Amino acid sequence: MKQMVRSFLTYSRKAPLTQQLSIPSAVIHPAIVRLGLQYSQGIVAGSNARSIALLHAFKQVISDYTTPSNEELSRDLVNKLKPYISFLNQCRPLSASMGNAIKYIKKEISNIPSQFKEDDAKKKLLNCIECFIEEKIVLAAKAIAKSSIEKINDGDVILVYGCSSLVNHILCEAFEKGRKFRVIVVDSRPRLEGREALRRLVQKGISCTYVLISAVSYILPEVSKVFLGAHALLANGYVMSRVGTSQIALVAKAFNVPVLVCCETYKFCERVQTDSFVSNELDDPDDLIVTRKGETQLKDWQQVPRLGLLNLVYDVTPPDFVDLVITDLGMIPCTSVPVVLRVKNVDLL
Amino acid sequence: HKITSSCKHEATLSSTNQKAACSRSPGTMPGPYRETDLTEKVEAFLSDLKRGGSGTGPLRGSAETARETTALLRRITAQVRWSSAGDLMEVIRKEGRRMSAAQPSETTVGNMIRRVLKIIREEYARSRGSSEEADQQESLHKLLTSGGLSEENFRQYFTALKANVIEAINELLTELEGTTDNIAMQALEHIHSNEVIMTIGRSRTVEAFLKDAARKRKFHVIVAECAPFCQGHEMATSLSKDGIETTVITDAAIFAVMSRVNKVIIGTQTVLANGGLRAVNGTHTLALAAKHHSTPLIVCAPMFKLSPQFPNEEDTFHKFVSPHEVLPFTEGEILSKVNVHCPVFDYVPPELITLFISNIGGHAPSYIYRLMSELYHPEDHEL
Repeated sequence: MKQMVRSFLTYSRKAPLTQQLSIPSAVIHPAIVRLGLQYSQGIVAGSNARSIALLHAFKQVISDYTTPSNEELSRDLVNKLKPYISFLNQCRPLSASMGNAIKYIKKEISNIPSQFKEDDAKKKLLNCIECFIEEKIVLAAKAIAKSSIEKINDGDVILVYGCSSLVNHILCEAFEKGRKFRVIVVDSRPRLEGREALRRLVQKGISCTYVLISAVSYILPEVSKVFLGAHALLANGYVMSRVGTSQIALVAKAFNVPVLVCCETYKFCERVQTDSFVSNELDDPDDLIVTRKGETQLKDWQQVPRLGLLNLVYDVTPPDFVDLVITDLGMIPCTSVPVVLRVKNVDLL
Repeated sequence: HKITSSCKHEATLSSTNQKAACSRSPGTMPGPYRETDLTEKVEAFLSDLKRGGSGTGPLRGSAETARETTALLRRITAQVRWSSAGDLMEVIRKEGRRMSAAQPSETTVGNMIRRVLKIIREEYARSRGSSEEADQQESLHKLLTSGGLSEENFRQYFTALKANVIEAINELLTELEGTTDNIAMQALEHIHSNEVIMTIGRSRTVEAFLKDAARKRKFHVIVAECAPFCQGHEMATSLSKDGIETTVITDAAIFAVMSRVNKVIIGTQTVLANGGLRAVNGTHTLALAAKHHSTPLIVCAPMFKLSPQFPNEEDTFHKFVSPHEVLPFTEGEILSKVNVHCPVFDYVPPELITLFISNIGGHAPSYIYRLMSELYHPEDHEL
C-alpha cells in the first residue's frame, strides 16, 4: 500500500511542464502544445470538452500537414500523429473518450484511398472529424436529453454530482420544456466542480440546494432520483466516473433511490476493471491542503516522513448500484455495454 | 441558621454573601445556595457549553465535558443544602435540565447527570438497608407481582448519605479519567501487523487506541478528511508524528479506497439507545461502504457516551452550522438563490456496526440495551 502511494507521488503541477517531458516540444505542432498545457493546468476539463478540444487541434494539424515526397498520406499522417498523442498522454493521461476519438481518426486516415489528391484527402478528413463531433457528441446529447425528459416528472427532486456537461444539458432542457423539479447539487473537495454546475443551473432559474458529499445521507431521504454523468463505461458494466460517484450510488441504493447514468456511446470502452485502485489517475496532492482559522495543518506534509496525501481522480461504480443507463441508442441496463460495443464494431467494419 | 429563598429577606441577614446573591440574573434558580461562587461556576459552565457548540469557542472533547459536569455535580451535592435524597435529586434534575438545554447536542452532560442520579438512588437504597436485588431494574415479573413498588419517595434522612454520595461521585470521576487508557489497552487484541485501517475525522479515543497499538505493531492508517472542517488533517499529522504510516484521502474517495482496507475504526459523538450512532457526518457513507466490502466496523466509545435517546426525534437529531463553511460568501451572486445545508452529525443504524469497544470491554450492538439499564434508572431517562 505504501509503495503504491509513494510511486504515484511524482505528479505535481508546480514544475513547468515542458521541462518534465521526454519529447522536445519543438517538434510538436503548436496547437498540440497549447492543448497539452491546457490539459495539464486543468483549463480544459471534462471528458466531452477534452475530446472536442482534441478534435479541433487535430483539424488544425491536418490542415497544416503536407505530405513529404515518396510518402503516402494515409501512412505518414498516422506516424506523425503518434508523437503528438504520447505528448498529450504525458501532459495528462488520455481519457477513454479521447482514446476512441483517436482510434476513429486513425481508421479514417488509413482508409483514404491512395489516388486521392492531398487537398481532397484533407477535406475529407476534416469533414469526418466534423461529422464525428456533430453525431457522437452534439446530436447524442440531444437524443439523450429527449429520452431523459420522459424520466423526469413534475415534483421530482433530482440529485446530481459534480459538473457533468451532459446532465446539466438534460436538466436545462427539461426545465425549458416546462417540467417542475428541483435539484440538489452534491460537491466534493478538492475540485469543487459542483459550484460550476450550480452557477449554470441557477442562471437558468432552477431552484437548487447545495451540499458536500459528506452530507449525502442527510439529504437523500428527500431525493426522488439521482442523475450521474460518466467518464467511460467499461465492458464489464462498471461505470468509470469522477471520484465520489460510486459513493453516491452506494448510499442511493441503501435508501432505495433510483440511479440513472447518462453516457454517450462514444465513451464506451473495451477495458475491464473491478476496483478503483488497479488503474486510476492521480491529481496534485497539494490540492488537499486547506487553511482554516489561520492554520494549515498539512503545510509541510512532504517533510513528514510517514505522511502521504492521496488525490484520486476517478472511481468505478459496480453495475448493481446503477439502475439504468441512458445513451443515444436508447435506455439500456449497465450489463448491455458489451452488446453495444459489438454492434458498434460491426458497424465500423 | 435558616436561609430563605427570597432576595428581599436575604438583605436583612448579616451574612455578606447574601448581598451578592441579590444581583443574580433573573434566569437563575433562587435556591438555598450557601455560596454564590457555585452559581457563578454553574453559569460559567453553561455559557461555555453554549459557546463551545457553535464552533467558535474552544473545542472541548467529550471527556472533558463529562469530567467538568461530574465535578460540578459533586460541588452542588457538597454545597447545596438538602435534607433528603429526594431534595438532592430535585436540585440535580433542575440544574441538569438547564445544562442539557444549553447545548442539546452535547449528550455527555445529560448522561453524567443520569449517572449521578442513579448513584444517589443506589446509595439511598444501601443506607436504607434494602438489598441490591430489590432495587434492580423492573422486570416484567416484578411489575406484576410487586404492584406499586415505586412508591419510593426518597424522603428519609440519613446522616452518612452525603458522604457516601460524594465518595461514589469521586469513584465515577476516577473512572472517567481512566476511560481512554482502558480503551487503548485493548488495541493489541484487535490490530495485527500489516493491516490497513481506515478512520474518519478526529477522535481522541481512536487516536490513543491506534498509538497504543503502534508501539508493538506496524500498520497503515488511512484517514478521511471529513469536510468541511477537515479534522482528519489534524488526526493524520498527529498519527504520523508518532511513527504511524498515514495517508489522507478526501471524503469522495472513501468507497474507492475501501477495497484495500482491512478494518474500519471510528469514534462517535453519542451511542444511542438502540445501538446506533450519532457520529460526525460522512460516517454513514463509511459504514455502508464497509458493509458492502464486508469490512468490520469497530466503534471506540467510552461508557459516558451511551445515551438513553432514540433516533426518532426528527427535529432534534440533526445539528447544523453556518453554511458559509460549505459555500463561502465569495460566491456572492448565487448565494441568495440557493439553499445550502451543513449538518454536523450522521445517524448510523446498528446493523452496520460490528463491535463496540468501551472502557469495560467489547460488546455487540445488540447488548447496548443491557448496558444502559445498568448505568441509568428508567425513571431518569426523561430528566
